[in-house]
Amino acid sequence: MITKRIIPCLDVKDGRVVKGVNFLGLADVSNPVKLAEYYSRSGADELVFYDITASAEGRALFTDILRQTASTVFIPLTVGGGINTVDDFDRVLKCGADKVSVNSGAIKNPQLIHDAAQRYGSQCVVLSVDAKRLDGGFRVFARGGRDDTGLDAIEWIKRGVALGAGEIVLNSIDTDGVKGGFDLEMLDAVCQAVSVPVIASGGAGCAEDFVTLFKTLPKVDAGLAAGIFHYGELTIPDLKDTLAENGILVRRENHA
Amino acid sequence: MIAIIDYGVGNLFSLRHSLAAIGAEAVVTGDAGEIQRAEKLILPGVGAFGDAAEKLRAAGLDETVKTEAKSGKYILGICLGMQLLLDRSFEFGEHPGLGLIHGDVVDMSPILPEGYKVPHIGWNALHLRQKEHPLFRHIQEGDCVYFVHSFYGANCGDAVLATAEYGPELTAAVGMENVMGCQFHPEKSGPVGLRILQAFCEM
Repeated sequence: MITKRIIPCLDVKDGRVVKGVNFLGLADVSNPVKLAEYYSRSGADELVFYDITASAEGRALFTDILRQTASTVFIPLTVGGGINTVDDFDRVLKCGADKVSVNSGAIKNPQLIHDAAQRYGSQCVVLSVDAKRLDGGFRVFARGGRDDTGLDAIEWIKRGVALGAGEIVLNSIDTDGVKGGFDLEMLDAVCQAVSVPVIASGGAGCAEDFVTLFKTLPKVDAGLAAGIFHYGELTIPDLKDTLAENGILVRRENHA
Repeated sequence: MIAIIDYGVGNLFSLRHSLAAIGAEAVVTGDAGEIQRAEKLILPGVGAFGDAAEKLRAAGLDETVKTEAKSGKYILGICLGMQLLLDRSFEFGEHPGLGLIHGDVVDMSPILPEGYKVPHIGWNALHLRQKEHPLFRHIQEGDCVYFVHSFYGANCGDAVLATAEYGPELTAAVGMENVMGCQFHPEKSGPVGLRILQAFCEM
């Protein structure tokens, strides 16, 4: 059976990882290549790199980092941040990305999802959505959660899948950073609405939060987190041990 | 020297670097002469079967691959590259494959139980049908590898080397003498994937 994926997420600015302090057992915690190698060795099933740089110089540094990472880390790499055109897809795919995640760029121009899926296949196009509760529904926010788009999250996700998105990352703004667990209610609504893989993001505070996520919502395919891994509060081997003890299938390396 | 056959399909970045990581000498090439001179061949591929088969044919490399296979050269097809080794595919119509391994490429959705998503994407455990096969020299039963596919190799008979359970058992690796294929991506399957590539390089 397919295993549940555990995905650390790295925010990269000007070629360095932000939020990467206090990491145990790693000298240069803000070097994205080193951190990616560390996570890969720890058993991460996939890595997400978000480019939060605004400048052209920073963007060039990012592709350089990506190329270096993809040359040494042989697990799926997803790249997001500043993806507005098919050319942006091309730029990161050539540097070794396997999937590209779109967010604000797709809200501005939904056709981007379709065009990219046509060109690279749906498996390459990840729709990342930042959503929060508003007026009794779930509302999509753009620009890192700052702008209310007026879009209903469930409708937007359905539309994104119809346009060709092959995977959804749902980041709940309501639970993000709170460390009180994933947003099960919002995730359930999304899982009911679409049949592509759904990746849960926002709210992981401990291993049990992942157990609760996969036990309560077996349709969720993966859990994504940043701070909890970067600060060394939870290691991936410990997390996978806890998941396995609770009967949840995870990938573990047999050391031959 | 390993030739990674370049016929304009897919992203060869990871494959090239994964071979470099295990110290294998490899060249990405679409040149028939270079392919003939190489000791081993890797046939990659992503996307739709018909389109890829046509590109391989248009580049004149279908006959090159068949000739090299018949001469006994070791060949590894990866993902769509594995599917191309089979007799034919039913993805968007019917398309002939290279016919180096018997089998048909068919949609997995009709045979999946309810609730199973298509594509089959993620890490899944290998069930080794032919444990002693040299491709599996450095891995074990139950090792996980990374899959992304919607069609699979059916009717491969005794060419099935390994399967992965996704409701039913889906073909994960095939082989007939010197010709082999993996449905999964060894270049994206972490240390296990590198060990499979290593085993191929050692043949």
